[in-house]
Amino acid sequence: MVEQPTDLQAAGRRKARRRTTAVWAGRAALAIIVVGGWQWFTEAGWVDKFFFGQPSMIWDSLVKLFTEGTAFGSIWDNLWVTVQEAFFGFLLGTFVGIVLGILLGSNKYLSSVIGPYIRIVNSIPRIVLGSIFIVAFGLGVFPKILLAAVLVFFVVFFNAFQGVREVDQNLVANVRVLGASPFQVAVHVTIPSAMTWIIASLHTAFGFAIIGALVAEVLGAQKGVGLIISQAQGTFDPNTVFACMVIIAIVTLVAEFLISLLEHSLLKWRPPNRSEAQAI
Amino acid sequence: MGGNHPRRAPAAPGRADEPAGIEITGLTKRYLTPKGETFTAIKDVTLSVEPGQFCSIVGPTGCGKSTTLAQVSGLERPSAGSVKVGSHIVDGITSGVSYMFQADALFPWKSVLNNVMMGPILLGTPKREATELAMDWLRRVGLAGFEDRYPHQLSGGMRKRVAMAAALINNPRILLMDEPFGALDVQTKAIMQNELLKLWEELRPSVLFITHDLDEAVALSDRVVIMTTSPGSVKDIFDIDLPRPRGNVQEIRHEKRFLELEGQIWDSLKDEVTRAYARTAGAAA
Repeated sequence: MVEQPTDLQAAGRRKARRRTTAVWAGRAALAIIVVGGWQWFTEAGWVDKFFFGQPSMIWDSLVKLFTEGTAFGSIWDNLWVTVQEAFFGFLLGTFVGIVLGILLGSNKYLSSVIGPYIRIVNSIPRIVLGSIFIVAFGLGVFPKILLAAVLVFFVVFFNAFQGVREVDQNLVANVRVLGASPFQVAVHVTIPSAMTWIIASLHTAFGFAIIGALVAEVLGAQKGVGLIISQAQGTFDPNTVFACMVIIAIVTLVAEFLISLLEHSLLKWRPPNRSEAQAI
Repeated sequence: MGGNHPRRAPAAPGRADEPAGIEITGLTKRYLTPKGETFTAIKDVTLSVEPGQFCSIVGPTGCGKSTTLAQVSGLERPSAGSVKVGSHIVDGITSGVSYMFQADALFPWKSVLNNVMMGPILLGTPKREATELAMDWLRRVGLAGFEDRYPHQLSGGMRKRVAMAAALINNPRILLMDEPFGALDVQTKAIMQNELLKLWEELRPSVLFITHDLDEAVALSDRVVIMTTSPGSVKDIFDIDLPRPRGNVQEIRHEKRFLELEGQIWDSLKDEVTRAYARTAGAAA
């Protein structure tokens, strides 16, 4: 698209390459300072490693988790349980959030009636519902899915609701004049238009799903990473807690990546972000 | 699908329905403000558009021109009076109508082809036929080869062409245009006006065309309606007797009869514009 002399082009490429190198060098330095500093401070005894753990010991715990397993079976079993809970909670919460968000967003009367209640429910500390779910549904997988779904629901719901409200009314008028039924208006206009907002919420939503599953497991479970964490807490073992955090962080990053892929394929019609072109 | 919405026969490349006139009688529209007060947007509007006629509505900002169009399309119901399209009184979405807005009402998430296809698809035309029809229309508006692009990849003028193809593909009896070229630069606007005239002469739908641009109104129309400041009502109606086909809109502008008509219309419009301006200036002070 942009035609330019070759030497100018080469200079531009060199500049871009130099920028990339600098960014990666900065990232590596930051990691070394933080992790190295942590190791150094705890090793020197300025910070008590009994409470705050130590990177090398966290690594040892990680290795132990994967080689020897835990008191509740192998780490893979436990991780699989947690991921399943988070995933189904994520699906359930997202589905209900989208459906209710679109329904309330497109119906003024319903949204006026239910709106205040949603805000009230949103302001109560929902994580505490975990205790109730466990009392009501036992130590199995279901209460974890439920708590994850509740956390996910509100994030997705508010975005879907807002997304529907932002729909271009000209577009709606246009298809209605062309003879579209309310269902066709939803399929061709409302849902695709709200999709931008909904997908933006999914990134945060998966994080919430993991939090919901973990907290519910800490509150009471027979299997899962949350159970390992709560047991490590009981035995004053911060390194295992940190090790579990590392594992969960990796899972969340992978999920984030998958959601980004979904985002790219669903929103490929969007104009490229202007900030991606940098001023030289 | 369907529901209480009227269904139409799929638009055939030939003539599906005969052009229909528009008859607006004593049309009044009042809105309820959020505070519970009523606001009269238009009052006792009476005008008629002959079948196949090109009629422009000119008036000061906020005089209810768009409101009038919304009543004709059936998107809104009149508070009093009636709109008759052909021999039917409008009650619900009028069949055989297409809309064109100032902001291009294209689906940003659909390709150019899919945007143009929307009309026939909503009428239940099979996908293959709809695709062929849309390709044909893209050729007619000079956009062959752009069918896979997304709207954001096109220029403003090209987007207008897509919107025009999408509006005309169903071979509408009535074409409602709400300042369709208002946001375009002067050169693109002239090109689009010529294009519109050419397509209109092929299909001959009845057109209601809202504009602020007197040049545009006179150059394109058979009839120009002047509306008063709000609440809007019809002040004057001018018949434009310039011969058809009009040819290039940029050249017609210099003809003696054109200037004469434009002068008369401006004399009528001037007072309304001054009054509307004084009102907004007064409100601001």
